[in-house]
Amino acid sequence: MRKLAQSDSDLLSPVAGGGLLDRRLFLKTGLVFGAATLLPSAAAASAQPIDAKPPWMLRPGAPFSNYGEPSPYENKTIRWIAANAKAPANGISWTPLHRLEGIITPSGLHFERHHNGVPQIEPARHRLLIHGLVRKPLFFSIDDLLRYPTVSRLCFIECGGNSNAGWHEQPMQAAAGYFHGLASCSEWSGVPLAVLLEEAGLEPGATWLIAEGADAIAMNVSIPVAKAMDDAILALYQNGERLRPENGYPVRLVLPGWEGVLNVKWLRRLHAAEAPVMARNETAKYTELLPSGKARQFTFVMDAKSLITHPSPGMSLNGAGLYQITGLAWSGGGKVSRVEVSADGGKTWAAAALQEPVLPQCFTRFRIPWRWSGAPAILKSRAFDETGRVQPERSALLAERGSQGYFHYNAIVSWAVAPDGTISHVYA
Amino acid sequence: MSTPRPFLLLPLLGLIYTPVGGVTPEGPRLGRPAAAEAIAEWNLNVFPDGTGLPPGSGTAVEGKPIYERRCAACHGAEGGGGSADELAGGNGLTSAHADKTIGTYWPYATTVFDFIRRAMPLDAPRSLSDGEVYAVTAYLLHINGIIGAGDPMNANSLPRVMMPNRDGFIRLYPKP
Ligand code: HEC
Repeated sequence: MRKLAQSDSDLLSPVAGGGLLDRRLFLKTGLVFGAATLLPSAAAASAQPIDAKPPWMLRPGAPFSNYGEPSPYENKTIRWIAANAKAPANGISWTPLHRLEGIITPSGLHFERHHNGVPQIEPARHRLLIHGLVRKPLFFSIDDLLRYPTVSRLCFIECGGNSNAGWHEQPMQAAAGYFHGLASCSEWSGVPLAVLLEEAGLEPGATWLIAEGADAIAMNVSIPVAKAMDDAILALYQNGERLRPENGYPVRLVLPGWEGVLNVKWLRRLHAAEAPVMARNETAKYTELLPSGKARQFTFVMDAKSLITHPSPGMSLNGAGLYQITGLAWSGGGKVSRVEVSADGGKTWAAAALQEPVLPQCFTRFRIPWRWSGAPAILKSRAFDETGRVQPERSALLAERGSQGYFHYNAIVSWAVAPDGTISHVYA
Repeated sequence: MSTPRPFLLLPLLGLIYTPVGGVTPEGPRLGRPAAAEAIAEWNLNVFPDGTGLPPGSGTAVEGKPIYERRCAACHGAEGGGGSADELAGGNGLTSAHADKTIGTYWPYATTVFDFIRRAMPLDAPRSLSDGEVYAVTAYLLHINGIIGAGDPMNANSLPRVMMPNRDGFIRLYPKP
């Protein structure tokens, strides 16, 4: 165990109110403080292993499996489902962000928004049609697409309706992921859409692509050709394996940093046109009503946002002492440039450490050490991105947008820590 | 990603797009020509100017029994009070609890046709004939007070229906 050097001990003085410590503390003194976990430290140092000869060391373990599953002891790490009672395939499921570390969302925990269920598509019968203002309208089979050059890209996908309970008058009490978890982050691999658009030959007037899915709602939405040519991917793989059915198998659109609904799953058609189609999901929904009675439309880029995932509601702190605050930050505008954390309700802020890799339009993990005194505290985080976007306080967001926008809620989230260690969601 | 995207201007200049990242990789060019008849069968998009509307016609009077049989179980009688989205009436858009219904919010009547034809009824999508979709569209426009009970909706008349909230949207793309 490494001893604390004199210079290290500077790291023990608070860098902001409420007991926030220098973000380098864990890096420099990790081993020393590794012992001071959530367990009472005396017990941790002296306790004998409870089970010197655990039963799993006394007989052969389980055989191999064709496809691994999580430990049965982790059965609370699940998506939370909210569906329509009369139409159980219409609804959403949230990623349990509060139970995950790092930046990758396991594929089976990626959030879902299905309008009419998950189609079980036979890949051999699926086609992608590109037509409209193109020189050569073309059909592609999945086998065709699998022969094209591919790219991989780590990025988040966030539903435009994520965190929308934030608009409510009273702070909703729910686990962090079951409130803000209509956002997930994966490695997506597939064919750059530009390659196929070039093959079909866009006509000069083609400025929009109307994308359509092969689900039982034939979900359609209009996408600017400029984005399609820039960094859109026809994803065939998620986190190394072929897409899961609920994530668009056999092929989906991925538009890094742009509103989830545009990342059309089960993609079957791209219609090049000179104007948007004005689909239901870009007029009646995914538009934000302002206090003036006018609504914002085509709000494609997801704003800068962050969230403390640990500690967060549903968890409880086990007495005063040293804790790690960690969470996720992301922005559709580009790279997260800075995340600040406050432990005194926003009076003072300290910069958190950003875990590499820090990638554009990608979840970024942040961490900062915190010595909790045992007094009531309010934890907050705020994200900044490289384009100058700053995550706003809730009051500022409401002042600008009113409270009936429903979509694009990205305000700073506040967790109140009570003296007994319990954590709740507050507006502060 | 933070760099401005100069190619946004290109369509205005009539130029061909190239991705910002540089050259588009060469693909094996496996796309198979799509015939006009196949495209017509696949294409469900209906644009605000009426492009994509099929032949057929229907009125609210014809649509009412279709709505009651095929839609009311989820959307409620007269488009309200069901488990699914409200389709008619509701508070205005500046009220404290605004309702975003076809009558108060939807900017284009063509969208009503487009969405019902592709997606509704939710339990049996694509089961209505085009004439039935026109009729049920007419019924929803009628119970929102936008057209008369006997006004026929078809490829000609539907795009001309002026929706109350036609000018209610501020487009954030392309940048104003
Ligand atoms: C089984 C229940 C069910 C039936 C039957 C049904 N719908 Fe729906 N409808 C829904 C649900 C659920 C939604 C919301 C879909 C979503 O979340 O994308 C919806 C959405 C809609 C919308 C869009 C509403 C909005 O404000 O965005 C329209 C219009 C609509 N339905 C019309 C109809 C019509 C017309 C019929 C009959 C032909 C019908 N529906 C039958 C369940 C149903």
